[in-house]
Amino acid sequence: MIWNEEMECMGSEDLKNIQSERLRQIVDYVYNNCQAYKNKLNACGISPRKIKTICDINKLPFTTKEDLRDAYPFGLFSTASKNITEIHVSSGTTGNPTVVGYTKEDLELWSEVMARVLALSGAEPKDKIQIAYGYGLFTGGLGFHYGSLKMGLTIIPASSGQTKRQLKMMHDFKPRILACTPSYCLYMAEEAREMKLDLKKSSWEIGIFGAEPWSESMRKEIESTWDMLATDVYGLSEIIGPGVAQECQHKKGLHIFSDVFYPEVINPKTAKPVRDGEDGELVITTLTKQGLALLRYRTRDIVSIKYQRCRCGRTSPRISKIRGRTDDMIIIRGINVFPSQIEHVLLGIEGTKPHYQLVVDRKAGELDELEVLVEVEEKIFSDEVKALRNLEEKIRKEIESTLGIFVKVKLVEPRFIERSEGKAKRVIDKRII
Amino acid sequence: MPRQLNIFIENRPGRLKSVTEILSQGNINIIAFTIQDRGDFGVMKLLVDKPDVAHLALADKGFACVLKDILVVSIQDKPGNLNKLASLLLKHNINIIDTHGFVIEPGNRGICCIESAGAENANITKILEKEGFEVLGDKEISEL
Repeated sequence: MIWNEEMECMGSEDLKNIQSERLRQIVDYVYNNCQAYKNKLNACGISPRKIKTICDINKLPFTTKEDLRDAYPFGLFSTASKNITEIHVSSGTTGNPTVVGYTKEDLELWSEVMARVLALSGAEPKDKIQIAYGYGLFTGGLGFHYGSLKMGLTIIPASSGQTKRQLKMMHDFKPRILACTPSYCLYMAEEAREMKLDLKKSSWEIGIFGAEPWSESMRKEIESTWDMLATDVYGLSEIIGPGVAQECQHKKGLHIFSDVFYPEVINPKTAKPVRDGEDGELVITTLTKQGLALLRYRTRDIVSIKYQRCRCGRTSPRISKIRGRTDDMIIIRGINVFPSQIEHVLLGIEGTKPHYQLVVDRKAGELDELEVLVEVEEKIFSDEVKALRNLEEKIRKEIESTLGIFVKVKLVEPRFIERSEGKAKRVIDKRII
Repeated sequence: MPRQLNIFIENRPGRLKSVTEILSQGNINIIAFTIQDRGDFGVMKLLVDKPDVAHLALADKGFACVLKDILVVSIQDKPGNLNKLASLLLKHNINIIDTHGFVIEPGNRGICCIESAGAENANITKILEKEGFEVLGDKEISEL
C-alpha cells in the first residue's frame, strides 16, 4: 500500500508549488522564532522576503553539526523549550552531544513519515512488528514505535539486545516485520543456529534495516539466511530520526519524503550542486518542522539522487544507499562515534594529548567491534603492570560510559601508530560490508 | 642507590630484539632481567651496568621506559636464606611490589632484587644490614 498517495505520488509541478510555499513559511518561521537563525540570515544579507520559490533555496546559508554544537542545548530550537514534547540525544563531535527536540506537531510528522516507511517496506495494518532498535535517547526504537501506532500495527517493543529472548518472541508471537540494524539481524542468525531454530521458517517476511552502513552483499546474505525481504531505511536524528527515506519493495533507491524533507546533493568541497546521479553530500531542509527546524543541513552522508518515477508509482526522488561520509564519523552497532570523542575521553584521563587509533572490525556473523589502541608514552607509563591494567580498565570504562558502547582497549608502544605527514591515521575500518 | 630499567614492550615477534639491539649497540652489559607477561604487552625489567646510558638510548628510540630505585641484596646460596629475608621484611611490615633473583656463584652467593612499597629504601637497607645482609651499591653491581 501507499500510505499517503496524495503526497507520495504527486506530479512534479504540484510538488514544487507545495515545496515553495513550505520553504517560504519555514524561512519566515525560523527568522522570527530562532535568534541564532535570525543572526545567521542577517549575516548573509538574506531577508525572508527574498525566498519566493524552492529554486531560491541556494541563496540560504548551510547549517552544520558545529552550529548545533555551538547552540547546545536548545539554541537552534525555533520554539521555547516548554513547547517541546520530546527530546532525543545523539553523539556530537566533541564533548556535548547533539540534542533534538520535537513538538507535538513534529511527533505527528514523525508518525506520518514512519507510517510511509512501513508501507514502503510492504507492511500492512494489523501486521505484527518486532522493534529491535534501541528505545530511549536513540531515535530508532521510538521512531518505529510511533509509525507503527499510526499505521495500526501490533507492536512488540523488544528494544535491542537479549538475543535469545528476541528469537523466542519471534518464534512464539510470529511477527511479520522486523526492524533492527542489519548486523544485529545477522548476529541473531548465528544465535538462532545455536538454538537449532529453522531460519527459513522464521515468521519474519520483511526487514527494515538501517542506522549503520551496509551493502548489497549483506542484503543478499540476510535475505538468503532468513528467507525475508531486506529493505533499507535512512534517517538522522537532526532531521527527525528514522523516517527520512526508505526503499520500496523494488529496492531501487530510497524514496525520500521531499514534501517535508527537501533534499539537495552538493559537492562537499565547492558546495555547488552535483549533476543528477552523481555522488555528493546530502543536504536536507526540514520544510515543516516546528521544534528543531533546519535550513540546508549538511548531513555529511555521501549519496546520489535520481528523480525518475519509480515502478511502485511513487514520484518522490530516490537516494542511493549511503556511500560514505565527508567526515571521520564511524557507526558502530548503530551508534555514531567520532574519533574526537575518544580523544576527549583520553584527554580527560591523562591530562595530555595521547596518540590513539580506532580499529573497527566485524567478524562473520558477529557484531561490530571497536578496539582503541593507545600509545603508552613516558608520561603515562607506570612501571607497575597492575597500574597499566588499571589504566586500560579506566580508559575502557570512561569510553563506555561516554559513548555507550563496548570497546576493547589495547596499550601499544610509542610510535606504533603510523603517522603520515605528521598526522596520525585515527580510524582503521576493517569491516567488509 | 641501584636502579632498575623498566620497559613497556608489546607482546609480538621482534619486540625483545629491538630492545636488545639498542643495548648491544650501546655496549651495555645486562646483569639480570625478567619479563612480566600480561597478554597483549609485558614489562621488561633489567639490571644493567650503565642504567642512565641504557635509559637514554631506549628513550631516544621511542621506548616508554623508566628507571626505578631498587634494593639489590646479596644472599648466601643456602636453604632458608630467602625465607630469612622475607621474614625480616614481614617483621617490619614492608610490602614487596616485585622481586626477582638469580644465583651468581652456585652454592655460595645469590642476588635478590626488590622493589618495595611504603618504606624508604635507605631505611630498609639499614634494617637488612643490621641483620647481616649485604646490600649492594652501583659500583658492586657493575662488577658482578
